[in-house]
Amino acid sequence: MSGPVHHRDADSIEAEAAEWLAREHFWDWADADKAALESWLAVSSAHRVAYLRLKSGYARTDRLAALQPSKAEGPGIAWPLLLRVAASFAVIGVLGVAGAFYLARNARPQESTYSTPVGGHEIIRLADGSEIELNTSTTVALRMEAGKRIAKLARGEAFFKITHDDDHPFIVEAAGHRVMDLGTEFSVRDYAGGELEVTLVQGKARLEAADAKEDQRSAVLVPGDVAVATADTMSIRKVKASDLANALGWRRGLLVFHNTSLAQAAAALNRYNPNKLVIADARAARLTINGTFGTHDVEFFARMAETVFGLRVSTAGTTTTISR
Amino acid sequence: MKHGGGMAEAPGTDRGGTRRDASMSASAAEEWFVREVLPLEAALMRFLQHNWRNKADIADLRQEVYVHVFDAAQKEIPAHARAFVFQIARNLLINRLRRLQIVPIEAVADVDALGAAFDAPGAERAVIARDELRRLQTALDRLPPRCREAIILGRIEGLTGRAIAERMGISEQAVSVHLINGMRALVDEVYGSERKS
Repeated sequence: MSGPVHHRDADSIEAEAAEWLAREHFWDWADADKAALESWLAVSSAHRVAYLRLKSGYARTDRLAALQPSKAEGPGIAWPLLLRVAASFAVIGVLGVAGAFYLARNARPQESTYSTPVGGHEIIRLADGSEIELNTSTTVALRMEAGKRIAKLARGEAFFKITHDDDHPFIVEAAGHRVMDLGTEFSVRDYAGGELEVTLVQGKARLEAADAKEDQRSAVLVPGDVAVATADTMSIRKVKASDLANALGWRRGLLVFHNTSLAQAAAALNRYNPNKLVIADARAARLTINGTFGTHDVEFFARMAETVFGLRVSTAGTTTTISR
Repeated sequence: MKHGGGMAEAPGTDRGGTRRDASMSASAAEEWFVREVLPLEAALMRFLQHNWRNKADIADLRQEVYVHVFDAAQKEIPAHARAFVFQIARNLLINRLRRLQIVPIEAVADVDALGAAFDAPGAERAVIARDELRRLQTALDRLPPRCREAIILGRIEGLTGRAIAERMGISEQAVSVHLINGMRALVDEVYGSERKS
């Protein structure tokens, strides 16, 4: 890194890089354009890093695209849409700084809490490379204690992708249990009734009761295992890879239903939305559906019930009632 | 059935494996650069702003650091991205100070002290992801109205430049400028480095 670096000023290079990127995304883009871009990039590393930076940064703004409303047309769209954007961002209740484990290492034990509101979905990336993905209405508190990385799932559901570190075991505490990572990807869901579900995707993890004096209620989970634990029971079943992917569909913003009753499907959607679905008729509640829904597709779901099953849909306030 | 779009993986790294051989190391370097170096940008900018008086130089300094780092990575991927980036930044500042010929000793000492502090494992990488949504919203709110509208139509509604021009009733040239400015501002926000106007 000695020697003179041939460079033009960063601002004009970035402007050019942005122009390329905009052309690529929004305007006609033919092979000739692609070739022209390649030769522009080949001119200097300064061009390439500017382009790389914009491209990968812009790719990450795709979360904005997730806010696309269902088919709205016509002029004057910009304002309602903006409100929608603002509303979706409104409550992201977070305190502290991520990388909390490291910050907490020296100081007195200190907790950092992360929460998502109903319908929220967030990924916490930790300084050690681990990732915690929070589903709707979820709270996780992180702390470092005696060299252990501890994540307490206070409510909700989270997916953990842990960078294993023998010196700093990663432990998830939830509903009176502990999940200990042995190099792992897994999800933990705290059903509000003291019931806990742990799904292991990759690696290995140990599940045990938090007050495990005796070893009898402890199990090592392997990929495909779904463990359900209550205060005094623990059961493990195996699921197929495809079912595993469906169960974790929320990570992509999807709910996958397979022979699911309307009642269960409505309950699943209600987890993600402040507007609640009520199936007011016992027979309707038992109808089953297959299909993939966005976690926020309440309206779409209601319309489907109306058109596919011929049910009656009425909305009052934040409640949508489906009846015969 | 409708799919809840948008949450898909960012298209930043292409796993298609379209290029081979000669550019193998180039794409490995690119991948590393995006994954390891860019997330350090907020910290790097703080470091530069802290240690360089003339704010007008900051963007150029950042570019120079990136170019050095990227060129080095094409030969061999450094084992410790953070330490490497800050070492490059530190050396760059020291060289620049030397070239100014008035070598303010305490400035150099300062740079060294700070650099050491920045080598500690930090939280910046995580902060970016954490605050991303809020940052994006803020960035969007801060854009001039027409620019914001163009970005919303383009990024959220997925319209082409031409369709945006029609919808907004302005020239394609104007749309192009709005999109370029908007993209740059959003990207700055993603990396957590404030755009100085």
